[in-house]
Amino acid sequence: MKEKFLVYVTIEGKPMARDPEGETIHRVLLAKSRYNMVKSVRVAKLLKMIVEAESEDEAERIVTELCDNLRLYNPAAHKCSIKVNGRIK
Amino acid sequence: MRIAVIRFPGSNCDLDTIEALSKIPNVEPHLIWHEDNELHKYDAIILPGGFSYGDYLRAGIIAAHSPIMKQVKNLAEKGMPILGICNGFQILIEANLLPGALLRNNSLKFICKWVRVRVETNRTPFTYTLNKGSFLRIPIAHNEGRYFIPKSELKDLYKYDQIVFRYVDELGKPSNKANPNGSIDNIAGICNREGNVVGMMPHPERASQSILSPYYTEDGKKIFESLINYMRMVSLC
Repeated sequence: MKEKFLVYVTIEGKPMARDPEGETIHRVLLAKSRYNMVKSVRVAKLLKMIVEAESEDEAERIVTELCDNLRLYNPAAHKCSIKVNGRIK
Repeated sequence: MRIAVIRFPGSNCDLDTIEALSKIPNVEPHLIWHEDNELHKYDAIILPGGFSYGDYLRAGIIAAHSPIMKQVKNLAEKGMPILGICNGFQILIEANLLPGALLRNNSLKFICKWVRVRVETNRTPFTYTLNKGSFLRIPIAHNEGRYFIPKSELKDLYKYDQIVFRYVDELGKPSNKANPNGSIDNIAGICNREGNVVGMMPHPERASQSILSPYYTEDGKKIFESLINYMRMVSLC
């Protein structure tokens, strides 16, 4: 029986691609505050998907496939991570 | 000569491009909707600037999946000259017709200004009649124009002569000061290995009439004229 799963897709820049937004948040907001223990910030994009599948594994497989096939991230500059975050009732 | 200018939902430089092309003798520009499928009737294709699909997810990625892009890919493989301007460049990259990525400007600001670019190769239809090392004044207008490519692939761009334009200063040097958005090696435009597909961030259609230029130049027009001369040469061969 198919169930619904919440899947998080995080798209972020590769380390060698500069992230001026993350750098600004770190430099201006955090490094000057009492939270200067934060040593780095990278901004990423989060997509929350509700996926119908037989299992968590299948949901992850479907999303991994669609991220590659539909090029939800640009492999030259981004890396993409996928995490299934439980069932949706 | 028939040139197709493709309009995507959110394109906004399509009519400017048509206007610039219409000033060139023997050119018949046509506005084509992105769901049409008659691109084979044309001699060249231009993907104009704008904000296709509101730049959602990533500039150019949704338009890269438009129905017409399958034909664009087919015709690119057959050697048809294809030019992507600004958002058109972003679409060509996201459609995997050109390598690399266009990231948000280092300044995190939308930049609209006249820049100076140096022609790095004249082996493309769009630079065919320009001298290598010559300079053009053309404006840019973008938020995501920082060209990025991993170092290993950058070497290939040089090896295969794929860098078409670089941002330069008044001395003709690709200095940091001349780099408006943080592009790697001041790259403003590239082509595929075959040279028929070109993408560039500056807008030649906005630099095609002297009345629109603070320098009274028409440097953008030279890019379109180059295409016409190239096509003429090809038809004579």
